[in-house]
Amino acid sequence: MSDVIDRPMLETEKTAATRLKIIDCDIHPSIHSHSDLNEFLPKRWQQHLKEYGSHLRTPYIGTTPYPRSSPLIARRDAWPPTGGVPGSDLDFMRKQHLDPFDVEFGILQVLDLFIFSQQNLEFGAAIQRAINDWQLAFWSHRDPRLKASILVGQDGDDLGIAEIERCAKTGEYIQINVSPRANEPLGRRRYWPIYARAQELDLPLGIHVGGYGGHAPTGGGWPSYYCEEHQSNAHTVASQLTSLVLEGIPERFPKLKIVFIEGGFGWIPSAMWRMDQHFERFRSEVPHLERKPSEYVKEHFWFTTQPIDEPDEARHLRQLIEWVGIDRLLFSSDYPHWDYDDARYAFKTPLTEAERRKIFNSNARAVYKF
Amino acid sequence: MARHIVARTSDIPAGGNKVFGLEGRDVVVFHVNGEFFALLNRCPHEGAPLEKAACVARLTSPEPGIYQRDRVGEMLRCPWHGWEFDMRNGQSWFDPNRFKIRSYPVAVESGEELQKGPYVAETFPVHIEDNYIIVDV
Repeated sequence: MSDVIDRPMLETEKTAATRLKIIDCDIHPSIHSHSDLNEFLPKRWQQHLKEYGSHLRTPYIGTTPYPRSSPLIARRDAWPPTGGVPGSDLDFMRKQHLDPFDVEFGILQVLDLFIFSQQNLEFGAAIQRAINDWQLAFWSHRDPRLKASILVGQDGDDLGIAEIERCAKTGEYIQINVSPRANEPLGRRRYWPIYARAQELDLPLGIHVGGYGGHAPTGGGWPSYYCEEHQSNAHTVASQLTSLVLEGIPERFPKLKIVFIEGGFGWIPSAMWRMDQHFERFRSEVPHLERKPSEYVKEHFWFTTQPIDEPDEARHLRQLIEWVGIDRLLFSSDYPHWDYDDARYAFKTPLTEAERRKIFNSNARAVYKF
Repeated sequence: MARHIVARTSDIPAGGNKVFGLEGRDVVVFHVNGEFFALLNRCPHEGAPLEKAACVARLTSPEPGIYQRDRVGEMLRCPWHGWEFDMRNGQSWFDPNRFKIRSYPVAVESGEELQKGPYVAETFPVHIEDNYIIVDV
C-alpha cells in the first residue's frame, strides 16, 4: 500500500506483451474529414451534413461534447505526425499500438459524428451506412486485423434491420452495435426485432458507452462536470444490463451474446447480487425469468475491461475479477483515447498465464468466433 | 552515480523537452522558467511517455468557485490519464505517498568549468563559451 511505484521499464517488460497475442475489443478509428464519407453517402445527405450538421439532444447548447479533458478525448501522444486527428492514420496506429502490442485482432468502435445520437433518424441511418462501408474500405480491407461492427441506431428499428441485412450479407462484420442511450431501456419490446436478427445471424450485440439521447445520463439528472459524467457511464450500463436481464432478453433470445464495451466491470458483482436478491422477493412480477438474474449475466453477457478499476489493494482487484468471472472479461485498450489501458500494466494484480490467455485472447476469440 | 553531459542549455527551448538515453533508460529533460528538470520518461501508472506530457500550472481551490494558479509550467500532466506530477521532485500531486516519477539531479555548468573539471564531454565536444546541462544518473 505504501510502496512508492517508481520503476524503470525493463527489457523483459518490453517484450512481455508480445508473448501473448492480444485481441483488443475497443479501438477507435476516426475519419480524417467528412469528405472521406462522400463516396459512401448520397448527395442528399452530404448536403444535409454540410448545411445542418448533427442534431443532438444534449444540454450543452451550441457545443459538441468535445473537448472532454483533452482534445478529442485523446492521448496527447496519439496525434499522428502526418497530421489528422488521433485514430485517423492507420500506419501510425500500427506503429503505436497494433504492432508493439502484437494485436492479433482489434475491434473497431466508431464514435464519429455521434452516430447513435442523431435525432434525425434518416440522417442517422445514412451516416451509419456510410460509416459501416468506410470501416471496411479504410480499415478492415487495409489491415485484416481490424474488424468492423454493424452500427445501427435501434430507435429506427426498421432502418436498423435493413442495415443489418445489408452488412451481414458481406460476412465481414463481427458484431452489431447499438447505443446504451436509446429512447427506452434496452430490454423493451420495441428493440426485440434487432435482438432476434442478431441471434439468427449469430452476431454478438456490442453496446459501447457514451452518446447523447434525450435522457440525462444519471438518475439524478445532468451532471455539472465531465468527471461526474464519466462516472455515470458505469451506472448507465448497469441500468441497461438490468433492463436486458429483467425484461428476459436472454430467456427470449437464448443464443444472443451481449458485450458491454467501455463500461468497466467494477459495478457488476453488486448489480448481480442486488438483482438476485430482488428476484427472490419479486419473483412473481417477472415470471418470464426461469433462473436467477446472475446466471443469465454469467452466460450471456461479456464485459470489456477498460477503464479498469484500480482499488488501493491489488487483492481487491483480484477478488473483483473472480466475482465477475474470468471468462466474462475481454481485454480492451480504448486506443487512442486518453483513458487508454496499456495491456502490460493495466491489471495491477497478478494473473496466471492461463488467466491472461483468457482475458487477453481466448474469451474474445470464443465470443466473436475468430 | 555517473554524471552525463547531455546538451547545451540552448538545445532545449523554454517550455520544451528532450529525451536522452542514459544507462539503459530514457530520461526526459524539461526546460521550464529558466530551470531544467530531469525525470524518467515514463509515467509510474501505466508507462506513458512523459515527453508528451502537458506542462501545466498548479491549480488549487481553497473553496468551491475560487481557483488559484501558481507554479506555471512546473506541473506535468501525463499524456494518457492526466495524472499530475511535480516536476521538481517527481511526486504525484494527488497521491504523493504512493506515486512518484524517478527524478535525477540536474546541474548547469559552463563549458569552461567542464573543460577544467574532472568531467569530459560524452556526447559532443564542449565549447567553453557554452552552458551545458548535466544529469546525474
